[in-house]
Amino acid sequence: MRLSRDTAAFRLISHPSGAIGLILLILVAAMAVSAGWLFPAGPWTMVGAPRVWPGADPRFPLGTDSMGRDILTELFYGSRVSLAIGIVSALVSLVFGTLVGAIAGYYGRWIDDLLMRLTDAVQTIPSFLAAIAIVGVIGPSLTTITIAIAIVSWPMIARLVRADFLKLRSLDFVQSCRIIGMSDLRIIFTQILPNCLAPIIVSSSVLVATAIIVEASLSFLGLGDPNVMSWGTILNVGRQELRSGWYMTAIPALALVVTVLALNLISDALNDSLNPRLKERS
Amino acid sequence: MAASDPAGRRQTAGLKKALSSPTLRYLLRRLSQAVLVMLLVIVGSFVLIKLSPGDLVDALAGTRDLTADQMADLRSRYGLDQSVVIQLLHYMLRLVSLDLGYSPLNSAPVLDVLEERWPVTAILVISSVTLSMAIGTLLGVVAARHAGKPVDLGISVLMLILYATPSFIIAVLLMLVFALKLRWMPIAGYETVGAGYTGFQHLWDVVVHLTLPCAALCTFFIAIYGRIGRAAMLEVLSLDFIRTARGKGLSERRVIYVHALRNALLPLVTMAGLQVSSLVGGAVLVETVFGLPGLGRTAFDAVFQRDTNLLLGVVFISSLSVVIVNLLIDLLYVLLDPRVNLK
Repeated sequence: MRLSRDTAAFRLISHPSGAIGLILLILVAAMAVSAGWLFPAGPWTMVGAPRVWPGADPRFPLGTDSMGRDILTELFYGSRVSLAIGIVSALVSLVFGTLVGAIAGYYGRWIDDLLMRLTDAVQTIPSFLAAIAIVGVIGPSLTTITIAIAIVSWPMIARLVRADFLKLRSLDFVQSCRIIGMSDLRIIFTQILPNCLAPIIVSSSVLVATAIIVEASLSFLGLGDPNVMSWGTILNVGRQELRSGWYMTAIPALALVVTVLALNLISDALNDSLNPRLKERS
Repeated sequence: MAASDPAGRRQTAGLKKALSSPTLRYLLRRLSQAVLVMLLVIVGSFVLIKLSPGDLVDALAGTRDLTADQMADLRSRYGLDQSVVIQLLHYMLRLVSLDLGYSPLNSAPVLDVLEERWPVTAILVISSVTLSMAIGTLLGVVAARHAGKPVDLGISVLMLILYATPSFIIAVLLMLVFALKLRWMPIAGYETVGAGYTGFQHLWDVVVHLTLPCAALCTFFIAIYGRIGRAAMLEVLSLDFIRTARGKGLSERRVIYVHALRNALLPLVTMAGLQVSSLVGGAVLVETVFGLPGLGRTAFDAVFQRDTNLLLGVVFISSLSVVIVNLLIDLLYVLLDPRVNLK
């Protein structure tokens, strides 16, 4: 077990896209962690003249926005919001999706039918529109945004987990657990779940990426938490200045795309290194 | 004509199959699923209304002075004093009869507002589905044909970047480059206001205005279709019947585009159903950026004017459209491939 985990981790680092993705993601994480030390004044302070172009003033390497706030500072604080919302909402949908998928796949029959129909139904509803409705009606805050993202993104996980549980539940090792009188809960969590972690891990990276995009899209529309500076907030402010100061849009957009790209690369690499047999097919 | 034409015969066989009982059961199952989706939307909307701060009467009380007695009277008139279950049933009955309430923002019934707005979104979504499917599939096929070569690598990198870039960023960038800097395209709107174009001129005007929004909605799905298309093609190309086709001496072009592509299409059709749902959400962003008077823009306005009826109306109508499109795709699926597994 220990050996195989080591080789999977090794394969991830030695995988070209995995290495690139990890480096990029570590950079973004470093931005998030260091924001408070490097820029103790916070992202909301007016520090200079508005609309200073990048490179024009050495105090503001990436320029200032229309309110005279330093874009570099905003970018660093924005990475905190993106990563935090991405990770927390991915975790919530991961836990919920896994529970639904595990129960449906393990018990089968009508429970499976009911839960999967519900999962399909949630997946059919236009998810971004649903997120807007939830955040718009209840009011934007980090909590509602996180919950809205989790509500629309758990079905993918539920389907993956359910498919694996269906496959695994009839295998001999599960049967023998039943025979020795293990409880259902114990079989689900200690016997079957560890065996279907691979697809969960691969898709968790995609989940974080999707969550980051949804949060940025909401803030871009002006539906972000008004108390935090996210990349979407910078984009929302920059949109009004597109004609004269397109750098205000291009810089946060680049940060967003690079982060999502990094997560996608990691997910691809995870997929290859956790399912080595699938490698020849792609 | 039908008897001697193999395509025609295949179609009649497909129809016959569609009417046989397992197919009918399959379609009924899909229909009940569609009803479940709408039920979920209705219950979800109801929960949101209940969770939103203040009720209808509080909103009315904000605009004019009401005594506590009058408010209680109003609450009972609107049924707000009844149990939650009864209220939910009333709400369901209303929505089932397509009574989506009144929109204060537009001073008109929600349904009338949406009726006026949905064509823009429909045109945008339909053209985006078609375009992204065509371009994405083509790129996927080309990549599969040159698997491992520089062309394949180039396409794969392009897909990776398109896959990671959200539609609203593409929208803003396209607007910046093609409308603001190069001035090739109009900046915003659905048509040239006050130009009074008619007939073909008007059509061309709309096409020009919708080009950038449509392109912005397409990119993500071009990447998805490209990836799926490439994988499906590689799988089909390794099958025996392709070797037979090549053995018969058919040109490589014919083998790829007629024999293989036809069989690689199914996973792409499945994707189209999911795509429609996602595009309706993406339309909110793209329509807002380009100022298009569609459903998405309506949702955006509704949020900021606190017009909950209108907002939930957009969600309801969009979900209904997605459900109907999905049913049509299920039907198409049955007709396309007689071997399709009806589970």
